[in-house]
Amino acid sequence: MTGEKKKKTIKTIKINIDKCHGCRACEVICSAFHASPKYSSNNPARSRIRILRDPLRDIYVPVYAGEYTVAECAGRDKYIIDGKEYDECAFCRASCPSREEFKEPDSGLPLKCDMCEDEEEPLCVKWCPADALVYEEREEEVEEEVEQGELEIGLEVLVDKYGMQKLTNAIGRMSGKD
Amino acid sequence: MRYAETGFNLEVDLTRGNIERVATDPRDTELYLGGLGTNAKILWDRVPPEVDAFSPENLLIFGAGLLCGTPATGCNRTIVSTISPLTRLMAFSMMGGFWAPELKYAGYDKVILRGKSPDLVYLWINNDKVEIRDASHLQGKGAIETAELIKHELEEPRAQVAAIGLAGENRVYFASIEQGRSSASRGGIGAVMGDKGVKAIVVRGTTDINIAQPLEYIELCNEVMEYIKFRNENPIKWVEPVLSVLGSPQEMAIHDEKWHTTNFVWGNARTRRKDFWTEDVATKWMETLDSMRTRLISCYNCPMQCGATISVPGLPTYMMKCFSKLTYTMAAFSDLEFGLRIAQRATEYGLDGFSTPQVMAFALELLENGILTDKDFPEMPEDNEGRFYYLLDKIVNREGVGDILANGTYWAAKEIGKSAEAYAHNNIKKQEQLPLKLSMMNPIYFLMYCTGEKISITQIEGQFPQGPFPKREQREEFVKDWFQVPDEKFKQYFLDWELRGENSIPYYPTVEMCCDIVDWQERMHYIDDALGMCAGLSSFPMKPPYHIHNFPKFISSGAGIEMDEEKLTKAAKRYRTLVRAINIRRGMRKKDEKPPEDHWKHRFPDLEKDLLDTYYKYKGWNDEGIPTKESLNELGLDYVYEDFVKRGISMDSEDASSNDASAEKEKE
Repeated sequence: MTGEKKKKTIKTIKINIDKCHGCRACEVICSAFHASPKYSSNNPARSRIRILRDPLRDIYVPVYAGEYTVAECAGRDKYIIDGKEYDECAFCRASCPSREEFKEPDSGLPLKCDMCEDEEEPLCVKWCPADALVYEEREEEVEEEVEQGELEIGLEVLVDKYGMQKLTNAIGRMSGKD
Repeated sequence: MRYAETGFNLEVDLTRGNIERVATDPRDTELYLGGLGTNAKILWDRVPPEVDAFSPENLLIFGAGLLCGTPATGCNRTIVSTISPLTRLMAFSMMGGFWAPELKYAGYDKVILRGKSPDLVYLWINNDKVEIRDASHLQGKGAIETAELIKHELEEPRAQVAAIGLAGENRVYFASIEQGRSSASRGGIGAVMGDKGVKAIVVRGTTDINIAQPLEYIELCNEVMEYIKFRNENPIKWVEPVLSVLGSPQEMAIHDEKWHTTNFVWGNARTRRKDFWTEDVATKWMETLDSMRTRLISCYNCPMQCGATISVPGLPTYMMKCFSKLTYTMAAFSDLEFGLRIAQRATEYGLDGFSTPQVMAFALELLENGILTDKDFPEMPEDNEGRFYYLLDKIVNREGVGDILANGTYWAAKEIGKSAEAYAHNNIKKQEQLPLKLSMMNPIYFLMYCTGEKISITQIEGQFPQGPFPKREQREEFVKDWFQVPDEKFKQYFLDWELRGENSIPYYPTVEMCCDIVDWQERMHYIDDALGMCAGLSSFPMKPPYHIHNFPKFISSGAGIEMDEEKLTKAAKRYRTLVRAINIRRGMRKKDEKPPEDHWKHRFPDLEKDLLDTYYKYKGWNDEGIPTKESLNELGLDYVYEDFVKRGISMDSEDASSNDASAEKEKE
């Protein structure tokens, strides 16, 4: 399936860190929306957007969760922007082994932004009172590939952690119980 | 399953180093809600009046409001309750910031500290792992500095820290607890924290808070967000800019300080400077604010930006909120740059921005009038600003005269003697108030000043305009969309309120109307303080997004407690009465319910007596301000009645003050 070019709507959230005032409403509504049933619980640690926030250094970086990566990257560089020093990781959207961001707090499974599925715009954007988050759509020609679903990403993590055999055995045992 | 609240408190015995997670009774939540309500119940049950502020038996309770941690916009307040060293009564100071929601996510509604730690410690609450840790290396550190050091040491930048500075460690009676961009400042609760040997409480939580009826609840939250947008685009007309919008007064955003600087008084609450605000001053102050204010910032889950990070050249960055912008400036007759500069040091020390400048101005007034002498201030600089820095350091370190001043103007004046008490003229119930000196007595404010048990006027007012609008057409337009009123009669009260003539202050609003208005305003504040709602989106501004008509729905769908306006009103009255009962048991009586002596030029003794007597009756209190047997029974506070009887406190009208178990008396 790969290799073919296809037009695709790319959904993005433009982030203006100068406008963010650090209230974390985006984390609140994201975690509530993704609760099951919807809005039945709230826990910013489950949010797929995080504000990396350090008020005394005037650092406010909202970042929404991107792809899961098995291996951590080599990047540990520092960037100085407008006189403020940022870790390279601060801007990274990946759920990776080297940090806690974008993982379920209890299971450690990765979290990924889904742009709030069928909502008109992502709810973090809707709830951002400062307009620091702006939803954008654009058409791009991309190589078509099968997108991994949440379940698949989760399974992949479990395979990485326990090995395929153990996981298959466990699923087998669980199936047997029914 | 418990909704909105976790159903668990954290009980910490500092003497024994014991920590317990204790399940709470959901019936208490139904009767007293959360936050202030259940804090008051715990204080009533466990801290008898014989216990003073610095006794190991005194509790220091950090209560998250009932709806904190849910998506309710602006609901983030921590209510800290204890016995105040300053007033010797119940203190219930509140702070915004990020601490209360984090505590909920860690799995607790309250942290209850008892006993005293022999060494300085901090408490580290990381979900179900809770430990008391050594804080000897943090001794003497600033409150903000402490928070940064602890987060670094724990490698947990997301932890929320409530910390005291040196003032709390040295038991300064007006020491605060600082948290993020907020602080719990009133009543000297930081001194109690210091007395217990606790430098900080650090929280990190990653568990869920559940909602009873999710779709209904989020719909209410969305409505509030929409309304906030509407109000931001439609400020209230015909009032001062500071009163026209939502949030706490937008001191960090506004440049025009004509209203405060020309109406509030300077120095030791004495001098009005009607001509102060000139074009030159306006330009200079604008330049100062613009050059030092890095960013306007918010509390947790709130669209308002009531605070700011302030970077004064040569000093560490700090966060400022609200009126402390002007308190130091005005006490010292100085300028904004001085105010922002000295507030940095005062914030690190952890001090109440209302009381501290007043105490310093009081000391200098005593010096100017020969009650204190140069010998009391060895090596004090001669320049005005230098003297304030000198006094600040002396007070916080309790050195020399600073040791006396650290107890606040009321207690300091008593100790100094030589008629110093005449200079401690801006107190209510021993706590410094907003420095005002106005011409005509205002009956609504008279009642709030006298009877408010927050003992801080800024945390009692709101909802009803502070004065009449000049034209009837303006008033008619104002009441058109005033749906927040609990009853239509309030609209008529306002429509008929004139600047001059028969329907003007002080005889209009009438005594009965004043009772209605003050009771409404107070009710909303008490509801906020139980739910953890910021007053800036509810009880403080006019026409707020949260009000008596939607709060019951928030409680029903959020906490799963069946609620309507009547039941909520009764619950608020119940714990408001309980707060009063705690203070009555500690000896508070009508004699204590007086506005600051020098506050109004024209007073009306007969009207004031009528106001107080009528309001007492309206609230179900006797002539001495003690809740009557009937009102206690009606609220289900029979246990209060029984305790009063046991202690010989009369709930009948006569001789009510005959048998006071007054902590103040014992102290004196």
